[in-house]
Amino acid sequence: MSTSMSRDLLRVLPEMLVAAAAVLGLLLGSFLPRHRQWVVRALAAAAVAAALAVAVARWPAGGTPAFDGVYTVDVALAGTRVIVLGALLLVFALAAGEVRGAARETEFVVLTLLGGLGAVLLAGAADTMLLAAAYLLASVPLYALAAFAKDAPGTEGALKYYLLGALLGVTLLFGVMVLFGGGGATAYRVLAESLPRGPGAAVAVGVLALFAGLLFKAGAVPAHFWVPDVTEGARPPVGALVTTVPKIGAVVAIHRFAGTVLAPTDLDWPLVVAIIAAATMTLGNLAAFFQDSVRRLLAYSTISQVGYVLLAVAAATRSDLALPALLLYLAAYAVTNLGAFAVVCALPETRTLADYTGLRRRYPWLALALVVLLLGLVGTPPTAVFAGKLTVFTAALDAGFGWLVVLAVVNTVASVFYYLRWIVPAVRSGDFAGRPAPQAGAVALAAAPVTIAVGLLAGPLLAAFDGPLLPS
Amino acid sequence: MLTLVIFLPVVVAAVLLAVPRAGDRTVRWAWIATSAVEVALVTAMWVTYSPAPDGYAFEQHHRWIPSVGAGYHVGADGLSLPLLALTAVLFLACAVYSVRRTRRMRAFAALFLFLETVCLGVFTALDLLLFFVFFDLSIVGMYFVIAGWGHRGAARAALMFFLYTFLGSLVLLLGFLGLYLLSSPHSFDIVELARQDPAAGRGAVAGLVLLALVLGLAIKTPTVPVHTWLPPAHVEAPAAGSAILAGILLKMGTYGFVRIVLPVLPGTWRAYAPVIVVVGVVSVLYGALVAMAQRDFKRMIAYTSVNHMGYIVLAFGAAALVAASEEQARQLAITGAVTQMVSHGLITGALFLLAGVLHDRGGTYDLGSYGGLARQLPAFAGLTALAVFASLGLPGFSGFVAEFQIFTGSLSGAPVATAVALLGVLLTAVLLLRAYQRIFLGPSRTVVTGDLTVSETLAIGPLMALSVAIGLFPRFLLDVIEPAARGVL
Repeated sequence: MSTSMSRDLLRVLPEMLVAAAAVLGLLLGSFLPRHRQWVVRALAAAAVAAALAVAVARWPAGGTPAFDGVYTVDVALAGTRVIVLGALLLVFALAAGEVRGAARETEFVVLTLLGGLGAVLLAGAADTMLLAAAYLLASVPLYALAAFAKDAPGTEGALKYYLLGALLGVTLLFGVMVLFGGGGATAYRVLAESLPRGPGAAVAVGVLALFAGLLFKAGAVPAHFWVPDVTEGARPPVGALVTTVPKIGAVVAIHRFAGTVLAPTDLDWPLVVAIIAAATMTLGNLAAFFQDSVRRLLAYSTISQVGYVLLAVAAATRSDLALPALLLYLAAYAVTNLGAFAVVCALPETRTLADYTGLRRRYPWLALALVVLLLGLVGTPPTAVFAGKLTVFTAALDAGFGWLVVLAVVNTVASVFYYLRWIVPAVRSGDFAGRPAPQAGAVALAAAPVTIAVGLLAGPLLAAFDGPLLPS
Repeated sequence: MLTLVIFLPVVVAAVLLAVPRAGDRTVRWAWIATSAVEVALVTAMWVTYSPAPDGYAFEQHHRWIPSVGAGYHVGADGLSLPLLALTAVLFLACAVYSVRRTRRMRAFAALFLFLETVCLGVFTALDLLLFFVFFDLSIVGMYFVIAGWGHRGAARAALMFFLYTFLGSLVLLLGFLGLYLLSSPHSFDIVELARQDPAAGRGAVAGLVLLALVLGLAIKTPTVPVHTWLPPAHVEAPAAGSAILAGILLKMGTYGFVRIVLPVLPGTWRAYAPVIVVVGVVSVLYGALVAMAQRDFKRMIAYTSVNHMGYIVLAFGAAALVAASEEQARQLAITGAVTQMVSHGLITGALFLLAGVLHDRGGTYDLGSYGGLARQLPAFAGLTALAVFASLGLPGFSGFVAEFQIFTGSLSGAPVATAVALLGVLLTAVLLLRAYQRIFLGPSRTVVTGDLTVSETLAIGPLMALSVAIGLFPRFLLDVIEPAARGVL
């Protein structure tokens, strides 16, 4: 093994740790007795925590291409690693009550690890072939997880998820192929030079086809139809996972592709992204308005949140703040969304908004956490999403998307309405029937102050997330 | 010092929530004691107030989000100190007033303490983002007060209040972002922005930023035509909530003008000042006329707020139209406007608490259901008479001092508008006296018993005493405001 190869392997140590934990976990799980399968969960959590520590400790200063430029180790990847790995830890904590001693505990853990790994690879890919592989890795484990409970709603959701994913996966491969035809390469570095000279229409078609696959992973319009069905049909921890982790990788992948490959072309891709962003936040919000099921409401809320995130992508090459804003928003979104899902996981039988009546009286702290988290999703200061929205809006204004920011503001105001539809019964007096599961409840209680802390610590976070996107 | 003053209430609120099974009695006294300590602290600030050369005292500056130039920057000057004092006093009054009448005491007290921190924060913030954080949180706090402790239609009114004012705050945020992008180097710091004058020579963009700022603040103030959230919110809110909403939260809008818009965008403000003057005058007249048509006492007071806040907006507009040579008039208008904020806070706060007493005794705000209450409740009638006279601007009360200065200062800048706005004073006098007559004079229609209790007297009395004190000896207040008013435009 050459020294450059071993240096590259060292650079992707966090990814290797997660992959090793998945393989080892699968082996261990196959001969551990059911009541000892917690060992696999502990191993996975330890590996993810170790990977997280490595990712933080080896924070890259600039961009370094690895493996002959197929993969990029830079701040965008480092940010994604930290957010995804942190999210995986939260998901493990969320699912603890549900999967402990369950028949397929190991499988759950391994599939979650692989799905997370796929999301990280999406963010780091600097080659369309690796991007396609990462897409599959980020998708296939989640199809299985969606149907994990083997019940009718879960199976239906998984089928929808799989069909749409397969279709748009093919589209993505088609895009890869067309871009290869137009640019003669799969590496972003080469494509950036060859595509501006390539056939314009074919390039545009290829880019759109590629984006279609990534938008499916991000749960953005027009590839968002699976989100509510999977979120409602799958078990709540799985819903939390699929609405958080793949989105992070996919959005960073779009950002990277747009910021490096498309930047030199004369395609008006910022406008395309801006239109997708506008449609995503607006349609997500409109659909969320009159949902009575908390999970469907959260599902549509996650769609609209992706719309706000895409504002930063639209500004990718026009504002220095775009990348830090994007990563800050993703971090804020991950912790807030998982926190809100934690409340749902803690109360899996409390399905409708009306069922939350009286939560404040029985469980005042859980109700307070829910209020903080939902107001956090609105973007109330000083929570994390506020800091994210603020920087994203600034980046978009800076990039000349005034109309988009105005639309985002209008959408934010509109979103208050449906989050309040959840808050109001929760703080109203009444008899509350549910009993929160302790682990998931603890995650919710922990997530609420963390969202405020992230908001207050936005300064150092933005500084850490600042870095060049282009591999040097 | 200032940070302690700002955050003490919210810390106490957190402790109150965290202590398991704190009894109503404990909560009540902790709330009153905290509010009293706040009054003492602000009084101490007032006594030791000596501004640095840049105009601010008690300044504190820490980095918060350095990559966008935002910081924790607080300080007090002659514009904010009177409002800090008003906030502390009015919150103490509400604490004393609410002492025996509130269900779910612990949550109520915690919310009010939280709101006190938020209000003090708005009036001390010298950073746009910090200002916005507090500005926005005031909406959240007040939403829960209205929704949780309001009258029958509270849920609807609270939702409307939240959506409407939240829209306003986000439009304001757009304006802040615009200011940030116009400034160079980029900054959210108000002092720095005022020094830079970022909009100079930016033409239409500066106009758009001004539009966003004005719209955002006008919704909060509120001025015609964006005042429609106010009457339902006031009518449905509990008495103490209305008092804080009218007394303090509305001031955030006008304070935003005098703290941010006028100093940071002076040129653009001058260019659009005629529009502002018109908005002010229309608010004055429309507020008074609609108030006159009300049969509901609380709704009527709510509309008089639109009228009274209109004078402030008029003064800000007229101050920009005054010729450069007449520095005196400009300063007079601004000083009058700030005095009016304090005065309106005291008087309307008192009126809303009195409306709460009325509802307690008679079960309705309907003017037609009452009559001859003066015989049955003499102390209540007396105190209400004082508040009514103060509100219509009788000499000897703070309202007169404020409105007199506003009119004198505005006259040279916008003579016609000022003359028209004077009509508003007449209208307010008519409508307030007519309402007073209906409730307190004439034949009795219902048997109402129970004059003012000790806690009600202790809550409302000092507010009126302060109004009289400012009316008779205004110098102690004006001496603080005037130097700061000089640097505004």
